Amino acid sequence: MENYLILNTLNYPILSMLLILPVVGAIVAMFLRGDTVLKVWGLLVTLVTALISIPLWTRFDQTTAKYQFAELRHWFPALDLDFVLGVDGISVLLVLLTTLVMPLCILCSWTYIKTRWKEFVIVTLLMETAMLGVFVSLNTVLFYIFWEGMLVPMYLIIAIWGGARKDYAAIKFFLYTFTGSIFLLVAIIAMYITTGTFFIPELMAHSYSFAFQVWIFLACAIGFAIKMPMFPFHTWLPAAHVEAPVAGSVILASILLKMGGYGFLRFCLPMAPAATLYFVPLLIGMSLISIIVGGYLALGQSDIKKLIAYSSVGHMGFVTLGIFLLNDAGIKGAMLQMLNHGVTTGALFILIGIIYERTHSREIGDNSKLGMFMPIYVTFLGIFSLSSLAFPGTNSFVSEFLVLFGAFDKYPLVGAVSILGAVLAAAYMLRLLQKMVWDDSDGHVPHGEHAEERKRILFDCNYREIFQLGFLTIFVFWIGLHPTPLLDMLDSTVAHLLHQIDAGSILPEAAQNGESHALLENAGTWIKNLF
Amino acid sequence: MLNTIFLPEIALMLTVLVLFFMTLGNFRTGTVQATSLVLAAITVIVTFASMGTQGLMFYDVYQIDALSQLFKVVIVFGLFLIFFLGSGLTGIQDKLHTEYYMFLAISALGLMFLSSSVELLTILLSLEISSFALYVVIPFRCGQGRIHVEAGIKYILFGAVSTGLTLYGMSYIFGLAHTTYLVELAEKMPALVATQPLAVIAVVLVMTAFFYKLAMFPMHFWTPDVYQGAANETTSFVATLPKVGAVLLLLRLVAVAGFDVSQVTWVLATIAVLSMTLGNFSALVQTDLKRLLAYSSIAHAGYVMLGILTGAELGMAAAIFYVVGYLLMNLGVFYVIYNIAPEGQNVTFDDLKGLSRRSPLLALTLLVSVFGMAGIPPTIGFIGKFMIFTGAIHEGFYALVIIAVMNAAVAAFYYLKMARAAYCAADDEKDVIILPFGAKIMGTFFILAIILIGSLPQSLLAAAKAAVVSLL
Repeated sequence: MENYLILNTLNYPILSMLLILPVVGAIVAMFLRGDTVLKVWGLLVTLVTALISIPLWTRFDQTTAKYQFAELRHWFPALDLDFVLGVDGISVLLVLLTTLVMPLCILCSWTYIKTRWKEFVIVTLLMETAMLGVFVSLNTVLFYIFWEGMLVPMYLIIAIWGGARKDYAAIKFFLYTFTGSIFLLVAIIAMYITTGTFFIPELMAHSYSFAFQVWIFLACAIGFAIKMPMFPFHTWLPAAHVEAPVAGSVILASILLKMGGYGFLRFCLPMAPAATLYFVPLLIGMSLISIIVGGYLALGQSDIKKLIAYSSVGHMGFVTLGIFLLNDAGIKGAMLQMLNHGVTTGALFILIGIIYERTHSREIGDNSKLGMFMPIYVTFLGIFSLSSLAFPGTNSFVSEFLVLFGAFDKYPLVGAVSILGAVLAAAYMLRLLQKMVWDDSDGHVPHGEHAEERKRILFDCNYREIFQLGFLTIFVFWIGLHPTPLLDMLDSTVAHLLHQIDAGSILPEAAQNGESHALLENAGTWIKNLF
Repeated sequence: MLNTIFLPEIALMLTVLVLFFMTLGNFRTGTVQATSLVLAAITVIVTFASMGTQGLMFYDVYQIDALSQLFKVVIVFGLFLIFFLGSGLTGIQDKLHTEYYMFLAISALGLMFLSSSVELLTILLSLEISSFALYVVIPFRCGQGRIHVEAGIKYILFGAVSTGLTLYGMSYIFGLAHTTYLVELAEKMPALVATQPLAVIAVVLVMTAFFYKLAMFPMHFWTPDVYQGAANETTSFVATLPKVGAVLLLLRLVAVAGFDVSQVTWVLATIAVLSMTLGNFSALVQTDLKRLLAYSSIAHAGYVMLGILTGAELGMAAAIFYVVGYLLMNLGVFYVIYNIAPEGQNVTFDDLKGLSRRSPLLALTLLVSVFGMAGIPPTIGFIGKFMIFTGAIHEGFYALVIIAVMNAAVAAFYYLKMARAAYCAADDEKDVIILPFGAKIMGTFFILAIILIGSLPQSLLAAAKAAVVSLL
């Protein structure tokens, strides 16, 4: 087991600290009183967690694909379950994204959330632990526990602090994702029975028969495709996004949607490489449909949050497209696209939260002509909208370029179709920007009492808001202009992953004939016995 | 020797005796409850101390082993929790309070006997001790019209029918194998089950009484009406402890029928699938919480059966683990129901509205319990389901697990509906619920137990595995 790990050399267990700190923070929060105290406490805990995670960036060894900062403890000997944590190039970036976004979630709720701050802080902190747990677990059961554990706090965030139809949205979110991931559990158990281990790197190293790979690929892919969300499993997303409070939308967009992509990279590709190759046409097709349909639907929305939600479907289509191109540029582009989407869409949701607090409406029509009153706000809106449509110089340009490069390299036709998605993105984002900032379609400028009224409501961003947005702006341009450090982090891991796929796509003949049909035969006997 | 290993039963018998003498006097409910709690606590301690003892008694019909002692601990601890939970007995006629405690203790005593019985007639006798006490207790409800009478009669009628069927099956078994001792049956039955259809029928018929206790298809019909008609306190007993006893006996009977996959396995598999599916789909449309829990218990019986029928160490240990978790989570929900119905009325979804404002602790207990029953980590319910599925896949029951998994997804909906009512629906009219200190402790206990055993399941699972080893 140690062959796959580089045990933690820091003088403190960094990954377990990341998991435990928010839980401890949540427990302490139970005994705190007063909204301000709780707000500051929540911010403090998330900030400290973010600070602790910094060594993951500075001390990361880019030359190896092994799991670093690893920790190994015995947990559940009856089933050989160990508590194994570790990160590689893929997960370390997502861990950092999570710790980075969480303080912003508390900050952007500062005045947005008005009731039950105690519960909010507790739930948000538990959410942070669950999300980090998903990325750092190297044991399938542990992974699944965090994966499902995430549902409860997220459900509560939508259900308690959500909008008018929170009830419907929360339950839809829960049922969709629960149904998807419960098949993942079956796959996890089936792999355990076949290999006798829950340890992810060993599961990757094992070579399974083709029939078995098809089963586990499907069982896992349903769960991940729902989480992504890929067309046609995307319908929970707009509901959940629209009804969730601003922090909920940010968590959903920035981190939760990344779980699907992470799952594909961690489970489907390395564990079922032959099945992956078999299903590539299907998944690329679904990705293309996601890109086009997401963009097309976004074009028709009048609700800003819905527009961004559908644009997420399109952006996530680029991620799955990149992943299933199965080449270096594609996978790196997909990873980068996940990070960029986290930064950009997270910021867009914060922007929507800011305007919603002022006008109490998410309709584009109610929020037009902001340029007159809120210059700072409009500047940020412009930056993040351009970033969202992948304008050169911004972060998304790099990632979409990489994905498109990968696509043209492998399947030029696919690349050509996905270009269409990029055009759609430009269309809906520019439409949004134009309507919100200027919109002189009705030909009159607010004046007199009406202008006074608008001026009173539409006060510009305060320092807290400027800080959040400014902070994310740094990432927009940093990744946009100098993405090399991030891509370097991915180098060894992606190379290793591609190697795994190449090696796994050639099936040993014996395995193919011998154990391959055991599962199908088993099902056959079962049915025979039943009737 | 005999006395020390029989000590748990003696302790509970003493409890019953003390309560019996108290029925002759005129005591306040609080006094009676305190006495029963102390006595039950003593029994728990004695039973716990007796874990690890072994022996055979009464002409070998009564066996003390790891399995029986584990279940006895669970049963008396459950009894203690139920005594604690129903403080005040608001749903029971005032003059019957002492008798109520006594009959519950007698029923638990019957279940304790059942845990150790390894001979068919002894099993029947213990089963009847436990059932008769419950027949008496179910109509004790007051203030809710005549609904409890229906519940009482249904419980008796179905009980009588299932006991009759069990006896009928026993007669077959005796005729086939010429013995009533499980040890000797375990040697003869597997061969008979493999060759004689009659033996399959006989084993399944003997199990009928336990299907009834466990609320398994096809003996589940009483469940919704009895749950609804009996007082909240009584339902919390009926819903939990007899099921624990039934699981133990089903484990023993599966061991008798042989561990190989046989016709019996397929009968049980069919019953399990029907039980889950029927329970879950019927639960979807319920509005009365107790009726909903009744159908959910039918579904849970199916999951437990999935573990039992594997006839292997892991699956059977998982079944034990699952039923312990089920007991805790179910009592958690009944604790909430009992506390939001101060007059002992039935609780509907409307009563749950605004619960998170009226009493955060009750709402959280409900949330943790129902998410546990839905199988969401990190609760005891997740580990239970996970173990059962692992056990079943290990023995190759893929299709059964897929059906169970789809069922779990359906079930998530109605469990979520409860959480949703407690957290989403606003209701500003109802008063805040003020919980007494004891009830607060109880709620905290349920939350901690469900989450902690879910995160650190090792010791309970090790105990369950050790218990199963004595069967294999």
